[in-house]
Amino acid sequence: MAETRLHCDVLVAGAGPAGIAAAIAARRAGKQVVVVDDNPHPGGQIWRGSMSGAHSTSAAARKWLQRFRASGAELLSSTRIVTAPGANTVLAEHEGNAIHIHYDALVLATGARELLLPFPGWTLPGVMGAGGLQAMAKAGLPLRGKRVVVAGTGPLLLAVAAAFVHEGATVPGVFDQASRENITAFAASLLTRPSLLMQGAGYLATIKSWRYRQGWWPLCVHGEATLQSVVMTNGSDTVEIACDYLACGFHLVPNIELGALLHCRIQNGAIIANEHQQTSVANVFTAGEAAGIAGLPQALVEGEIAGAYAAGAGNQVRHLLRRRTALRKVAARMNHAYRLRPELRALPQADTLICRCEDVSWQQLQGFSGMRSAKIHTRCGMGPCQGRICGAAMQFLAGWEADTHRPPLYPVQLSTLLPLAAHDTTHLEESI
Amino acid sequence: MDFDSVVVGAGIVGSACAAELARAGMKVALVDIADPGLGATAAGMGHIVVMDDSPAQLALTHYSRQLWDALETSLTPACEYRRTGTLWIAADEEEMQEVLRKRALYTDNGVAAEAITADRLYELEPSLRRGMSGGLLVPDDGVVYAPAVARVLAMQACDAGAVPITGKVTAVGDGRVQLEGGAELRTRRIVVAAGEWSTRLLPDLPIRRRKGHLAITDRYPGMVRHQLVELGYLKSAHSISGDSVAFNIQPRSTGQLLIGSSRQYGAEDSGVDFALMQRMLARATEYMPALADLSIIRMWTGFRAATPNKLPLIGPWTADETVFLATGHEGLGITTSLATAALLSSYFAGRDSTIPIAPYLPANAEAAHA
Amino acid sequence: MPDSVTIRIDGQTVRVPHGTSVAAAIMMNGGFCRTSVQGEPRSAVCGMGICFECRAAVNGVAQQRTCQITCVDEMQVVTHG
Repeated sequence: MAETRLHCDVLVAGAGPAGIAAAIAARRAGKQVVVVDDNPHPGGQIWRGSMSGAHSTSAAARKWLQRFRASGAELLSSTRIVTAPGANTVLAEHEGNAIHIHYDALVLATGARELLLPFPGWTLPGVMGAGGLQAMAKAGLPLRGKRVVVAGTGPLLLAVAAAFVHEGATVPGVFDQASRENITAFAASLLTRPSLLMQGAGYLATIKSWRYRQGWWPLCVHGEATLQSVVMTNGSDTVEIACDYLACGFHLVPNIELGALLHCRIQNGAIIANEHQQTSVANVFTAGEAAGIAGLPQALVEGEIAGAYAAGAGNQVRHLLRRRTALRKVAARMNHAYRLRPELRALPQADTLICRCEDVSWQQLQGFSGMRSAKIHTRCGMGPCQGRICGAAMQFLAGWEADTHRPPLYPVQLSTLLPLAAHDTTHLEESI
Repeated sequence: MDFDSVVVGAGIVGSACAAELARAGMKVALVDIADPGLGATAAGMGHIVVMDDSPAQLALTHYSRQLWDALETSLTPACEYRRTGTLWIAADEEEMQEVLRKRALYTDNGVAAEAITADRLYELEPSLRRGMSGGLLVPDDGVVYAPAVARVLAMQACDAGAVPITGKVTAVGDGRVQLEGGAELRTRRIVVAAGEWSTRLLPDLPIRRRKGHLAITDRYPGMVRHQLVELGYLKSAHSISGDSVAFNIQPRSTGQLLIGSSRQYGAEDSGVDFALMQRMLARATEYMPALADLSIIRMWTGFRAATPNKLPLIGPWTADETVFLATGHEGLGITTSLATAALLSSYFAGRDSTIPIAPYLPANAEAAHA
Repeated sequence: MPDSVTIRIDGQTVRVPHGTSVAAAIMMNGGFCRTSVQGEPRSAVCGMGICFECRAAVNGVAQQRTCQITCVDEMQVVTHG
């Protein structure tokens, strides 16, 4: 056990695109920058490198990562912020060691997670998030020869399906719950952004466009100990498809927990930011998905703005402010096109588990007025994921607001929370 | 007149009172801003324990623990009631003397208690740090998941005819309970059972908020079997008025460990005080070094309603003949909730209760305070 | 750098490519990560340390998120905790 104390001008939470852009901008303004990220490598989920090379990172990603490495920002990987023990201070954990980081300004670039929605059988091994299976594949899970059904919603589905094909998987179908009309209208609105359309066309060529079906969603999965098949529906027809994996994600949920712990104002599930990416707390800024799901280009622009303003050098990025607004409009159209259909609220059956940590069923949650009461009385959301999965699901299913966020942000080894002197004392007593 | 009694607060104390009064045939309303058991009832530990700070405290906790035994058959599995026993730990020979004193007192009062040698202590709880002197086992103490009990008691109250009302109480007095939004309930008796929040309705109550911190681990079944409390808890830590911490571990039936405890006056902010949390966890690892490797899932705080003489206020409030108190239980509200309801019900019926109510009457607390 | 590492999962020796996460190693070996509160088998879902379904004991420390841990030689993994 060891304890480290650091001070920096600008602390960036998250080393995805937004965090990387923020760190580079703050370094450019001459500030001392520390970036904390809980993954082993920088790049966030989207730029996460893979072992096999099948998920080759784009030239743009390589350029950003290269600039980041050259920027002089200090990166703390596999490091997780667990709480905010005092003013302008966070406590992070790295391999069981405590790191206290004091900052003058903070950029929250904590990204997003997938929205996972419950349906009968969704707890069977083999049912995963869409990005979840992609992350596992990047971390060495072999997909060659596996049958992978991709379902859920959002532009991410095509990208991950194409990646699975490149990994050697068979993808019998990609099913987006959004209607064909909505998706077509969104695609048409991108005519001014041909690069995005080209990217989408490339994915479709890889997976074969006839396998991409809109207006379909999962009804249930079958299997005893592991997944055997998934039943998809479009509301009138159903089709059962044998598969080894169901990669199913219903778009994204901003990771707002650190912002909430720091008392940043939250609205519609995202951290509120002004045009300078400043939150309701004066020296705390935010960028990327944490401030609202908006995609990669937006994350980079916001990151640069947030980093510059956090460094007191906002004048360097004034040219970006209009771009930010324009991109937000694209994001709004995307979020509208992929809005969730109400039929998804009818998927859980009485015995379908909602809280996976504590095995709390849909039936057990009936009759409660909100998350707090249900949590206390059913244990829903009391497990180690701290309601990140079931809380987001219940927000969609029942309109329940998340319960108050309590520290630690993630489960943490108790020793990380001890004062340094106590470690010494413990060891001393042990050795006597 | 709408009701015979309106109980303000559906924590474990208020829910117990509502159940008892409704069963006695009264027309009862149970008012809370939220569902039952979500305030201090949910924030605390749920330790059913006999304590001996004073003869009156010993009498109340002992009597109430007997009522828990009687309630056991009507509790649901969600209440997680288990007679784990309390193991009071003596860290040194001085505390072993306290074990002997306490054992004699408990035994004289009909409370089973057994002095434990160091060897036996490690048989019972192998994870404790070596070098302890021994302990006192009180085998009939237990643990419970208090919010679930509050819910059961509130349901019992409703089954007996009580009316649950959701609303924020803004004022009480003169036979009226005012709710936010303008509604008013009229009643012969108002029972204020709102914990530390009671002082917002009755600012002259001799109650101070005493903040506590708790932390809970992931599941480690079998690691701890009894509720473990340091004996220093009595002699030093919590008897002084400043901030204090003590070793206090509770095994939940899930295999999770609830780690306490702290006491703090004058802290108004409900956030976790990290420095105090650090002290509390450090104290815990002094007694049980293996805790250092466990995963902490959640940390939180709550506010106890503390009185100067460490006894709850049960009975008529001197300033208003329609107002009655069932508050001020500090850290013993879970244990003494059932006795509180029994005493109040007997008082309303004009009957003698199993133990005298006198030590807990607000008038007597005021006299002692003056 | 050697291109594979050897770990033990529930006492069984498993060889995986360098850089493989513990969760991926468990799943490619045909196993599950944990047993749920009601006794169901569970494995990784989110792949990014959020969902806690991939918990297992690694080198004697229980309840670790195996999707966030990279396999290294001689690592001891115990599943079904």
